[in-house]
Amino acid sequence: MTDLKHTPLHALHIAQGAKMVPFAGYEMPVQYPLGVMKEHLHTRTKAGLFDVSHMGQVVVRGESYEAAAQHLERLVPVDIVGLGRNRQRYGFFTNEDGGIEDDLMLANRGDHVFVVVNAACKAADIATMKEVLEPDLTVTEITDRALLALQGPAAERVLAALDPKAADMSFMDVATLDLNGTEAWVSRSGYTGEDGYEISILADSGEALARALLDSPDVEPIGLGARDSLRLEAGLCLYGHDLDATTTPVEAGLAWAIPRVRRIGDNRAGGFPGADQILHQIEHGVTRERVGLLPEGRAPMREGVPLFDAEDSEEPIGSFTSGGFGPTVGRPVGMGYVATEHARPGTTLYGELRGKRLPVTVAKLPFTPANFKR
Amino acid sequence: MKYTEEHEWLRADGDAYVVGITEHATTQLGDLVFVELPEVGAKVSKDDEIVVIESVKAASDIMAPVDGEITEVNTDLADDPSLANSDPLGKGWFFKIKPTDTSQLDGLMDEAAYTAMIG
Repeated sequence: MTDLKHTPLHALHIAQGAKMVPFAGYEMPVQYPLGVMKEHLHTRTKAGLFDVSHMGQVVVRGESYEAAAQHLERLVPVDIVGLGRNRQRYGFFTNEDGGIEDDLMLANRGDHVFVVVNAACKAADIATMKEVLEPDLTVTEITDRALLALQGPAAERVLAALDPKAADMSFMDVATLDLNGTEAWVSRSGYTGEDGYEISILADSGEALARALLDSPDVEPIGLGARDSLRLEAGLCLYGHDLDATTTPVEAGLAWAIPRVRRIGDNRAGGFPGADQILHQIEHGVTRERVGLLPEGRAPMREGVPLFDAEDSEEPIGSFTSGGFGPTVGRPVGMGYVATEHARPGTTLYGELRGKRLPVTVAKLPFTPANFKR
Repeated sequence: MKYTEEHEWLRADGDAYVVGITEHATTQLGDLVFVELPEVGAKVSKDDEIVVIESVKAASDIMAPVDGEITEVNTDLADDPSLANSDPLGKGWFFKIKPTDTSQLDGLMDEAAYTAMIG
């Protein structure tokens, strides 16, 4: 445990009574005294504050935003060039086989691209970006800033009390706000399916901002446990579980993020790792797909539970990649990959749990409706 | 009240014992969302895995604390697993077991020993 890194909010987590666990090389809060279930429900009804400082924050600069965007499109199959000023977009790094190396958020911050990547992948992501993009661009990991997420229906009111401009932002806007006298890079986005913000702020000011937000009776600190159940109900993928280097964006149901302009026949088609495979799959389909899964009864089915098309069939046709109890929907929920012929919502499959085959229904995602400010 | 190293408590109830898990255990497990109880009448051996519990975090098993027969199970708990969190020593009980060999109970901890174990 001694070599685990601490985020700038570590002392605050301890003071709040968090249970700390190792996660992606950091000691992180998995839950607070409120508990995972109530933390989850509080975020859906009021607002939750998450420390996501373990994630990688990267500034990518070229001669202009457009230059930086053009080069980044060599690694990421989305439309970065066409991303509007002060707007954010979801994307992923792909590999030569078409698999996903990491998923990420990209923002056009005027003269540079601001990239947020997963903690477990950040060293590899940054190494790849430096190798491929330098010296055309400069790739700088931001190590002196905390990253906080404020999520839930009360998030707008709470953040706007510190800077009214927060209320003017729409879903996936980015802005520079003045929070508690400190410049913050803010996006109106998150990982819960709720309205909310992600806030990058100098590490030294992180705890003061967190305390100011927690001063609101509507805001509770939320740990990684509820972060996972919130994103699962929202149908959002967790890298290393629902996405990995052997899973393509098309199999993962993320082809919506690859726009016309990067596809076959258009002027910026391809030009990213694994383009042949991914663009071929967009045209011709895939043999397995990510689906939502609703186990019948109360027993949660978790990552690795195999799925069968009948109670007595021998070979699994897929498996869960995430699963657990969904506190808002009040039942077990999950997602996983199944052979395409079994991917239609409403299909009954069987998950094998402790030697028993129990019915599971293929379901549309998300399980809880998104609550964004469009 | 007697305790096992697996954080179960046992309370005498006639010639049977009511069994549940301690507050320390439910705090460590987090919110329970699923409980699968044994069949009434089942003959079980000490350390058999007879109950499956799932919290928001993970699945775990509860083992039979002694050899015996299951005489009753808490169906309210199966309907509402959160009872184990809100009232672990009361409404959150799991099952009643009638020991076949009461001398096995001598190997269990009393409250002072259990409290010392969990530190």
